[in-house]
Amino acid sequence: MRIGIPRESRPGETLVAATAKTASQLAALGYDVVVEAGAGAAADQPDTSYADAGVAIGTSADVWSSDVLVKVNAPTADEIARLRSGATVIALMAPARSPELVEQLAAAGVTGLAMDAVPRISRAQSMDVLSSMANVAGYRAVIEAAHEFGRLFTGQVTAAGKVPPARVFVVGAGVAGLAAIGAAGSLGAIVRAFDVRPEVAEQVESMGAQFVTVDMEQEVSTDGYAKEMTAEQEVATAAMYDEEARAADIVITTALIPGRPAPQLITAETVAAMAPGTVVVDMAAANGGNVAATVKDEKVVTANGVTVLGYTDLAGRLAAQTSQLYGTNIVNLLKLLTPEKDGRLTLDMDDVIQRGIAVTRDGQTMWPPPPVQVSAAPAQATAVLPVEKAPPKEVDPRRRTYAVGLAAVVFLALATLAPASFLPSLTVFVLAVVIGYYVIGNVHHALHTPLMSVTNAISGIIVVGAVLQAPVDNLAVQIIAGVAILLASINVFGGFLVTRRMLNMFQKG
Amino acid sequence: MDSDSGSSMVSFVTGAYILAALLFILALAGLSKHETARRGNQFGMAGMGLALVATLLLVLDYLNTDYLDQGPIVVGLVIIVVAMAVGAMIGIRLASSVEMTGMPELIAMMHSFVGLAAVLVGYNTYIEVADLGVQSDAVHNGEVFLGVFIGAVTFTGSIVANLKLSAKMKSSPLTLPGRHQLNLAILVLSAVLMVWFMLADGWVAMAPLALMTVLALVLGFHLVAAIGGGDMPVVVSMLNSYSGWAAAAAGFMLGNDLLIITGALVGSSGAILSYIMCKAMNRSFISVIAGGFGSDGGGPAEDRDYGDHREIQSGDVADLLAGASSVVITPGYGMAVAQAQYPVAEMTRKLREKGVDVRFGIHPVAGRLPGHMNVLLAEAKVPYDIVLEMDEINDDLPEVDVVLVIGANDTVNPAALEEPNSPIAGMPVIEVWRAKDVIVFKRSMATGYAGVQNPLFFKDNTQMLFGDAKDKVNEIVAALG
Repeated sequence: MRIGIPRESRPGETLVAATAKTASQLAALGYDVVVEAGAGAAADQPDTSYADAGVAIGTSADVWSSDVLVKVNAPTADEIARLRSGATVIALMAPARSPELVEQLAAAGVTGLAMDAVPRISRAQSMDVLSSMANVAGYRAVIEAAHEFGRLFTGQVTAAGKVPPARVFVVGAGVAGLAAIGAAGSLGAIVRAFDVRPEVAEQVESMGAQFVTVDMEQEVSTDGYAKEMTAEQEVATAAMYDEEARAADIVITTALIPGRPAPQLITAETVAAMAPGTVVVDMAAANGGNVAATVKDEKVVTANGVTVLGYTDLAGRLAAQTSQLYGTNIVNLLKLLTPEKDGRLTLDMDDVIQRGIAVTRDGQTMWPPPPVQVSAAPAQATAVLPVEKAPPKEVDPRRRTYAVGLAAVVFLALATLAPASFLPSLTVFVLAVVIGYYVIGNVHHALHTPLMSVTNAISGIIVVGAVLQAPVDNLAVQIIAGVAILLASINVFGGFLVTRRMLNMFQKG
Repeated sequence: MDSDSGSSMVSFVTGAYILAALLFILALAGLSKHETARRGNQFGMAGMGLALVATLLLVLDYLNTDYLDQGPIVVGLVIIVVAMAVGAMIGIRLASSVEMTGMPELIAMMHSFVGLAAVLVGYNTYIEVADLGVQSDAVHNGEVFLGVFIGAVTFTGSIVANLKLSAKMKSSPLTLPGRHQLNLAILVLSAVLMVWFMLADGWVAMAPLALMTVLALVLGFHLVAAIGGGDMPVVVSMLNSYSGWAAAAAGFMLGNDLLIITGALVGSSGAILSYIMCKAMNRSFISVIAGGFGSDGGGPAEDRDYGDHREIQSGDVADLLAGASSVVITPGYGMAVAQAQYPVAEMTRKLREKGVDVRFGIHPVAGRLPGHMNVLLAEAKVPYDIVLEMDEINDDLPEVDVVLVIGANDTVNPAALEEPNSPIAGMPVIEVWRAKDVIVFKRSMATGYAGVQNPLFFKDNTQMLFGDAKDKVNEIVAALG
């Protein structure tokens, strides 16, 4: 089957659905891949690099007549009209918010697979395009903020005075939020973060930020996304947002609720009370914004000197990187859809991932899919807990004393009965056992093998016993002793020599 | 002793034996640290040399006595010299030709020699007594009996271990029905035979001795055959301990303190080593000694969808490594099988030249012999101070950029900590999944020795590099340039 990679038609789009590298990976799955001329130009992927990777360059018509169309943005009505019936189109579709697109795809008799509808289960992470784009966007949000921000991020004491570190407040600890925390932290800022899901506190702290808590009951998320809160919870959190945002130099908001407008978290009053020079990056701008002052795709400077960035193309501003990540997500999806690696795309509606992303199938509407339970839920959390060891059984100390006492009595009884000549040997034996125990107690783990081979050589000492038997006036005994001497000598000589060989290899770097 | 020279000779030899025993203790003590290990080995050789020379002098001194027949002594001396020379030649040959990967087999085989020698010495002791027709002493007979028993168990046990390690025998555990009862029956029967032997006199007593020997040989075979190949490190170390006890028992029957001391040293040190390893695998020491280890754990986990694994190519691994600041390599038996230690050492050297902090994390039971991985890495000239133990590396793993898992499986299996029903539950493992990226070198998606699926392969930060470990590491070395 042929996969077509078209040039994105949305104005200002920089991304491409396959880089030279991922296109050749698609070809390795058995597909013919054709890329529209100039498709990757804005993502540092000139036609020549596709050609170098052995990928065909074609015209727009070549691409749109393919069996499988892989895009970044949802196809427009015009583009859907160019698809041939029975074709498959893979793109970001936001199917929950665009019912008309679903209808158009169904009417055109094509199969639509929405990359942004991949269920958030562990197995699907390698195809989770929202995660990979959010990761890049979170990083870029910090870079944009740093660009607008009039001060350094890191605190310093210089000859010209002390520079305080920037205080960054991140709202929402999803992938974008965590990426922003990481980027801001590594630039030297002090980062605080909040999320309505208390279970992510650990992740926030693992990125080096402080998790802000609100004193209230919270629900644990079951689908991996945050939910909108109840009215009373909202009052408590609103106060916290106001307080944190005023104290921050940079605020980055990432709160989204799937299929719904973004919640407004930072009110106009809070923005009005922020210090001049504060920068706000609203990563939810595409869905209405978390900040009252946000204008989609614009930079706004308020009357009190607060800069509010509503860019929605943050990921696209790192076009080469994002295209590569998106392309890899596509490759991973097509690996799943091409189990035989024979270039034939097959859909399995029993698989939760494939069912989840299928918007239409051969003209039939499949949206919405049945709900899927995901990994962040508590059922999984208990499984991750380390195995609890049963507390060691309490042994009654008196019982132990009795046991030791009894053993001593039995031993004494036996010793009394034993011939006197036996006891000196036993003394030697018992003491040697104790010495062996203490001598070995602290052996370095790396020396276990040499130790074993040296003890093996030493246990060849039995040769002494055999040697003493050799001069006895009985030929049978002498021959048997000879065999024993031979065997034990192999041990003695072989054991020491092989130990020496090993020890000579150990060297310090 | 009726001659002056004889009695002073005996005192001299006893003195030499005391020195030899001290030297052996120093040898073992020396081997517990890298800095003193070589000297420890020299002490061991000196001790052994002293003991042998003193014993030979004692035998030569027999020639000066007039109440002993000279003929057999001369024959005996010839036998001693010839047997020792041949044994030394074979030993030196074996020691200088063995591959470091074949070390476990060699050591297991050598244990069998000590076991057999103990059996022979035991028989000899009894034949000597029976031949003289003197009244045998019950305690002495008991010593002979125990010495032969332990020696025989060591002998067949070590042979089975050797066969399993060299893959000449199936490494899966042999599980006969009622195997614990079988072992117990052999022990009880041997005890009965021991009583018979202690009370019997002359040549008649050979019957219980011979019967017991057969039983002990069967027991040794069965004990080790019931243990899976993956658990051989513990077994080899335990057989090491048994061979010590066999030498100690020989000491008792000959009334030779040097044999007792040395045997006890080896026996107790081997036992401690096995115990340390059992703890590392979270196994009961008793259940390992009793055999059939690992087979009473819950059945294999139910079929589960662990998700998909992701593949990576060597070139990408090289890029990842070159860009990392901290790398940890956790090798396993697979590295030994693929003989990949040299390319791994080369890769380590290149990365260190690039300023990457490379360390090795070694699980206590990685490989088929305790410390097996350390020996292989040392052979390839990896400096030992970057080779760390599991406990030393585990806490640092969250800060590590890339972990390379080369031929290890069960020792890096998160199921040991996360799944209470897993057959390896509770075994401490190297927690590689806490690092940023994990690359697993593997031939295929097959399970490890424990037969348990490894959820590590399906973790989000894990990527699989399929193929022969040696080839793949060589490709990475080439890509690092």
